[in-house]
Amino acid sequence: MNPFDKNALETALQLKDAYGGKVVAIAMGPQQAKAVLREAISMGADEGYLVTDRAFGGSDTYATSYILSQAIEKLGPFDVIMGGKQAIDGDTGQTAPSIAEHLGATRLTYVLDLKAEGDKVIARRQVEEGIEVIETKFPVLCTATKESNKPRYATVSRKLYSLRCDIPELTIADFPDIDTTKIGLKGSPTKVKATFTPKRTATGVNIEGNSPAEMAGSLIDKLAEAKVL
Amino acid sequence: MSFETCKDVWVFIECFQGEPKSVGLELLGQGRKLADGLKQQLCAVVIGKDVDAAVKAAAEYGAEKVYVVKGDEYENYSADAYGHAFLKLCEKYDPNTILVGATVNGRDLGSKLAVSLHTGLTADCTALSVEEESGNVVWERPAFGGNLYAQILCSETRPQMGTCRPGAFKKGQPNPENKPEVIEENIHTPAEQIRTKVVEFIKAAEDQGMRLDEADVIVSGGRAMKNAENFAVLQELADVLGGTVGCSRAAVDAGWMPQSRQVGQTGSTVSPKIYFACGISGAVQHVAGMSESGTIVAINKDETAPIFEVADYCIVGDLFEVVPALVKELKARQQA
Repeated sequence: MNPFDKNALETALQLKDAYGGKVVAIAMGPQQAKAVLREAISMGADEGYLVTDRAFGGSDTYATSYILSQAIEKLGPFDVIMGGKQAIDGDTGQTAPSIAEHLGATRLTYVLDLKAEGDKVIARRQVEEGIEVIETKFPVLCTATKESNKPRYATVSRKLYSLRCDIPELTIADFPDIDTTKIGLKGSPTKVKATFTPKRTATGVNIEGNSPAEMAGSLIDKLAEAKVL
Repeated sequence: MSFETCKDVWVFIECFQGEPKSVGLELLGQGRKLADGLKQQLCAVVIGKDVDAAVKAAAEYGAEKVYVVKGDEYENYSADAYGHAFLKLCEKYDPNTILVGATVNGRDLGSKLAVSLHTGLTADCTALSVEEESGNVVWERPAFGGNLYAQILCSETRPQMGTCRPGAFKKGQPNPENKPEVIEENIHTPAEQIRTKVVEFIKAAEDQGMRLDEADVIVSGGRAMKNAENFAVLQELADVLGGTVGCSRAAVDAGWMPQSRQVGQTGSTVSPKIYFACGISGAVQHVAGMSESGTIVAINKDETAPIFEVADYCIVGDLFEVVPALVKELKARQQA
């Protein structure tokens, strides 16, 4: 599981601990992704659903977020939808807010914590310059960051349960009203034109020396020569 | 939005408390390039309560037009208010291309716009160009995992959109003589449409160290640092050179350094005058965050480490020997 998704799940579990309710984990991907849902259940999620279909393959952020919004509508309604701020490497941080837009839901990204006060939600949101305290109402979609909390460990009994519980699948047949022009490779507005390995031509100068002190001296000379120092 | 009628390259000039953030001005430089390639105009979009500083900066950094939406409801960013205002502008003026900074709020706004406009958004681009025959922007970014870059097109819908991280590009030279056309649009967002309200703002405590994106010298450590305490070795070098310490993701994941010190795809993008990569292998995600540095010095025991392919100066050696030697030598020369 993506580390930020663990933080998102932890936030959801803390809300459940405080206010009750049910935590539902949803993932989209191939069969192997069930392992992630079992991990979520072992940490305390009540149910896990895998959104999976060949027709969903090749989806970009737009299409992925549309499909997930359909799954959320089908399984909901929800008071809070949590996501990680982004996948760990190379992801866009844009899937969760895009889901909110497809749902027309209120969204708050980079949320440190949130609590209910009557029908209000008070959330603390991390921005570059500090922390915003934000007031809004349920339902709300939030993304969690590493600073949000420390994800709990699975207990042995939950772990055992997670291995034998059923992980239902949602395939395209479960979404009779889905707009098929918005899913999969065809429904993705962004297309990969090409991939390439960055052309790194090693043009660097090797700093040689018989000792670290010699190398250090030689580097400083060269930096000074190049007027970098 | 129509393929035939859409025109111009738009850059969102994000502000914080009335001050334009650097990333919007950096993107005006890239926007200029795209606008020239597409033979269109470069336009800035400013939304806020106090907009004067941002309009002035957008002018100096080369916008030919500045679209301004002003109002009390835009004092703080909210997806509802900013999204509403930006979408109204899009409806009226039909942009071809939109660039947004990949900040906390920029990512949020970008995804809102892209979904509402049913178009593609490429995140965290590291290079932009125009495919002249098709009029598509080629959005280049590190691909998921692996040592790969991808070129992305948004070939069937308009506007075409991308986000770029702060610091990924350098600002151009400001020109105080540039006088763009300033178009103020009277767009208001009704209070009941704004579902989130900032009730308090807690300014971040001054960081322990210098901000990564403002440092002239960054000394970064990776997995080879072995523990948090060892970063003191790098801090010494940073101190001698008046710089600050950064790290790779491995050091954050191990809990040795806070995420605010991370350089790379999931951390900060930096372009200091000198970047020292100490015991950093040089995964593409790290390199994406530092390759624009003026001079790169790599110190690594493994002579096959990919970091040496981007370094200007390569030292094959143990950072725990080389870095203290550098500190000693620099101190000696400073005293001389």
